[in-house]
Amino acid sequence: MVNSLDVESVKVIIFQLGDKEYAIPVSQVQGIEKTMHITRVPKTPKYVKGVINLRGVVTPIIDLRDRFNVKSSVEDENTRIIIITVDEMEVGFIVDAANDVMDIPKASIEPQPEVVGSYEEEFISGVAKVEKRLLILLNLEKVLNTLK
Amino acid sequence: MDTNQYLDVFLDESREHLQSCNENLLVLEQNPHDLAIVNEIFRNAHTLKGMSATMGFEDLADLTHKMENVLDAIRNEKITVNSDILDVVFESADHLEAMIDDIANGGDGKRDVSATVAKLKRIENGEPINGASDTASQETATTESTATADSLEYDEFELTVIEQSHDQGFNTYEIAVQLREDCLLKAARVYMVFDILEKLGDVIKSSPTVEQLEEEQFDNDFYVALVTKDPADDVQKKLLKVSEVEKVTVKPIDYESLVRHEVAVTVEETKPVQSAGEKAAQKDVKPAAKKSAAKKAPAKKVAHASSKTIRVNIERLDILMNLFEELVIDRGRLQSIATELNHSELNETVERMSRVSGDLQNIILTMRMVPVETVFNRFPKMVRQLTRDLHKKVNLEIIGAETELDRTVIDELGDPLVHLIRNALDHGVESPEVRKAAGKPEEGNVVLRAYHSGNHVFIEIEDDGAGINREKVLEKAISKGIVTTEAAESMTDNQVNELILASGFSTADVISDISGRGVGLDVVKSTIESLGGNITIESTEGKGSLFSVQLPLTLSIISVMLVEIEKEIYAIPLSSIIETSIIRNSDILNAHNQKVIDFRGKVVPLVFLEEIFEVNRTEPVEDEFHSVVLVRKGEKMAGLVVDSFIGQQEIVLKSLGNYLTNVFAISGATILGNGEVALIIDCNSLIK
Repeated sequence: MVNSLDVESVKVIIFQLGDKEYAIPVSQVQGIEKTMHITRVPKTPKYVKGVINLRGVVTPIIDLRDRFNVKSSVEDENTRIIIITVDEMEVGFIVDAANDVMDIPKASIEPQPEVVGSYEEEFISGVAKVEKRLLILLNLEKVLNTLK
Repeated sequence: MDTNQYLDVFLDESREHLQSCNENLLVLEQNPHDLAIVNEIFRNAHTLKGMSATMGFEDLADLTHKMENVLDAIRNEKITVNSDILDVVFESADHLEAMIDDIANGGDGKRDVSATVAKLKRIENGEPINGASDTASQETATTESTATADSLEYDEFELTVIEQSHDQGFNTYEIAVQLREDCLLKAARVYMVFDILEKLGDVIKSSPTVEQLEEEQFDNDFYVALVTKDPADDVQKKLLKVSEVEKVTVKPIDYESLVRHEVAVTVEETKPVQSAGEKAAQKDVKPAAKKSAAKKAPAKKVAHASSKTIRVNIERLDILMNLFEELVIDRGRLQSIATELNHSELNETVERMSRVSGDLQNIILTMRMVPVETVFNRFPKMVRQLTRDLHKKVNLEIIGAETELDRTVIDELGDPLVHLIRNALDHGVESPEVRKAAGKPEEGNVVLRAYHSGNHVFIEIEDDGAGINREKVLEKAISKGIVTTEAAESMTDNQVNELILASGFSTADVISDISGRGVGLDVVKSTIESLGGNITIESTEGKGSLFSVQLPLTLSIISVMLVEIEKEIYAIPLSSIIETSIIRNSDILNAHNQKVIDFRGKVVPLVFLEEIFEVNRTEPVEDEFHSVVLVRKGEKMAGLVVDSFIGQQEIVLKSLGNYLTNVFAISGATILGNGEVALIIDCNSLIK
């Protein structure tokens, strides 16, 4: 339980893809946007949905479902674009829903993601169990890097 | 005083003043009798001296002061200008530049300049420059000790004060105060002296400055100019009452000699506003070669006087630009909403807003524009130096220095142009002997020309030198393995000329340190291409060469043609479009699995953008007609097949970001009026 302030913790944004919950540190999140018109960019990997106009900045959008080889779902009113920055790159992720902001005690993070045995394994930096929820922590560098 | 925060400004301004000095010195060399120019240089030097003294760079201030003395003598026609004297002044300017660079790199700006100082001193005294060395050292010694000057100099304002005081019956004195060697509290004594002086009248000037005096930055004596009603004797007696004051000399200011200064000042003040006719008359008297210089000098001065500027960080302009772009997008939305609602007052307001923001856009764009002069102005001096080193005679003519270009382009332009000019001087213009033998005037001519044309700025470097020797270039290119012997045979002259831009190419027989390492011109080519421009060469052997650099006006805004494929909008830069046309199915021919059309007798390959860009068709389109955009890359052409044309538009260029790099055939993106992103097609990669 997170009842004492001296426990070291990370603040994360929690989002949903299918039935799983994922977490990204707040420090890497620039903002959460509703879906908007995406311009397709030809000759890019399938998971690159295209680019959007994010307040004057052209920002590439990645569909995490395609990235993780999860069956894609239909866009609905909960669909969000989470804008993140890694190494001065600004990229948006399409997710099913962005539900929560939470402090995860560092102690509750386990590095071995044995529970998840799928394609997305290589993008995971750890899992955290907080109040019966299982949160998957993403390694954003890896999510972005394999394009190169 | 903490001066660090002013250092950047100081460096910028010093460089500006020094640059201006250099330019004017060059003009002066052409018109040795034009005192207006001397005055201009003098003013630059004077400002520089003041600034460096304030910033505490004594050496810099000191050398400038010496230089100023010489200029003053020239101004007062005590000595006449000749190229030897100018050499020394140039030398001092070089020293000053080195000092400023040193300061910029965190140094203290100290430099051994005694030799130059000695020369300056000798000029000032009207002695031959290269006198015996022992007197030189002696003189250096004496100048050092009297660095504060044994009499005061006055600027215009102070002269006016003196003049008025005279008119109103006040006395003006120049007072030399000498403190005792063993004086301990010099600042305190200075304070007491000033206290007395201020009771007697007004102190209009002191040397060293009051600040320096208060910080005890002087030896034992200092000079003060005083305006008072009291007689000289009283002043002297009162000052001598301050303890530890060794000696006080009070002498009236020589008003007559100052008037002469003033005349010089007035003459120079009236010069720029001379009538055009007078100027023309003046020009006619001068030999043709000096015309441009004479014309330039007064015009320039007017500009100096009239333009008030502030320095703005370019980043702020970028931010302003970004904000404005968002405004433009919202304006577009507002316009479409207003059209929908069809409310007359709303329409009116939106229209007015559009007009205002249109004007705003122009201003923001022109704010980023800088005249190419800022790059060109360093060339005359460089050419002067190079021609001396190379023992050639070259006249550099600059045309269109006021042509404006985007700041980001200007910043990148300097180095390529330096290379091209060096190349023209080193490889282009021949030595005087060779020129004479070829029946040309000994003095070569290099023209640096800038002008606007459409959405582009052209910068040309033209010389009347040897031109490009086709055989020699091909021989070299083959030996370096750049082209094969077979290919060489069939190359056109233009293609051969382009070879000298290839990397690893250098035709100079003797490799000099000026150019000829074979790393120059290919770097020029790649830099210019990275700026979205290109470079072409025209050359006639024996007559000269013309290097023409074409650059986009600005990097941030380009003209494009918007086209549609299925529901996707793409932008094609106008700079690569030749024309658009509608073709019939029957016009399309097949050649080697490649669809081509016959375009005015030329076979042009067709590129179906929907195939290249893998556009998802909801249903196949069968159309008798096709819309084709004909684009070019150098000599080659291609026809891009699209669904329809939307129209021409000015767009703001945006990058796709750091994540999506190297996307095939896409050079960037832009934001359309409806807020959506459109991709910009890179025609160069579509043409093989």
